[in-house]
Amino acid sequence: MIPPETARPGPTPRFRIGDRVRIDARPLATHHRVPAYAKGQTGVIIRVCGEHEEPERLAFGQQHRLRRLYRVRLQQTDLWKTYEGSPTDTLDIEIFDHWLQPA
Amino acid sequence: MSHDHPHRHPPQADHREPVSHYEWLGVALNELLMEKGLYTAQELREMMAEVEAVEPSTHGARVVARAWVDEDFRVRLLKDANTAVEALGFDSAATDLTVLENTDEIHNVVVCTLCSCYPRSLLGRPPTWYKSASYRSRLVREPRSVLREFGTQLPDNVTVRVHDSTAELRYLVLPLRPQGTDDWTEERLAELVTRDSMIGVTTARTP
Repeated sequence: MIPPETARPGPTPRFRIGDRVRIDARPLATHHRVPAYAKGQTGVIIRVCGEHEEPERLAFGQQHRLRRLYRVRLQQTDLWKTYEGSPTDTLDIEIFDHWLQPA
Repeated sequence: MSHDHPHRHPPQADHREPVSHYEWLGVALNELLMEKGLYTAQELREMMAEVEAVEPSTHGARVVARAWVDEDFRVRLLKDANTAVEALGFDSAATDLTVLENTDEIHNVVVCTLCSCYPRSLLGRPPTWYKSASYRSRLVREPRSVLREFGTQLPDNVTVRVHDSTAELRYLVLPLRPQGTDDWTEERLAELVTRDSMIGVTTARTP
């Protein structure tokens, strides 16, 4: 667990609330915090969180690097072809800046 | 893996024998770290005892009950949960705590698909099902079916928001206050707030 003092305001975030983003689909065999189902998906930024240690480097005890964290809202009907439920149902997920591109 | 190596065994007697490659890898890694002297078997056992001694917490229920009776606190809790929780004298546990408010239109439910992230300082240790592969894989794909299995039937016009706790934040659901509790005290209300209702797989108890 990373203590909160590592979460810092940091430089101006690349994305703002309401921006459409695509989550990178790149495969990575080592530790990272993007589940497979979210890769390649497009969603909307719903919250700009602080900066936190980059998990990929932290996992190997490498020199620390802060990365901006966002909450991204995905639509369930985009995620799953056979989704049964309301078309308004969502999946909200935390994604680091270096896994996001403008969409 | 063959069983002819006499040292390979689970770290505690009541742990079941590892069955998968990764479970054996965990046992082997643990033994290597102890052989290298990074920690002793006794230190490991003491750490396990410490983790297991944490009581399932009622702190979360008291936070919810306060939010039900105190509008200013509710607003503060939704805006900055860490300071609101600390103002009640509870540990917000060094993570960015986010409170998700259920309404007549929106039902929130929390999962950690990658491991078992959970607001432990408010809810204690996560239940076994929260850590199960079944819950973690199914809640994101078919949340309404999973909720039905918990006895939670939501109308179609209620939006279900699944929150995947994948990185640094921890989530606590603020359930709807049950009807018929208008004149209830905060202490009595807290008894209606279950752990599961704060994960979001159920509603609060009805009186």
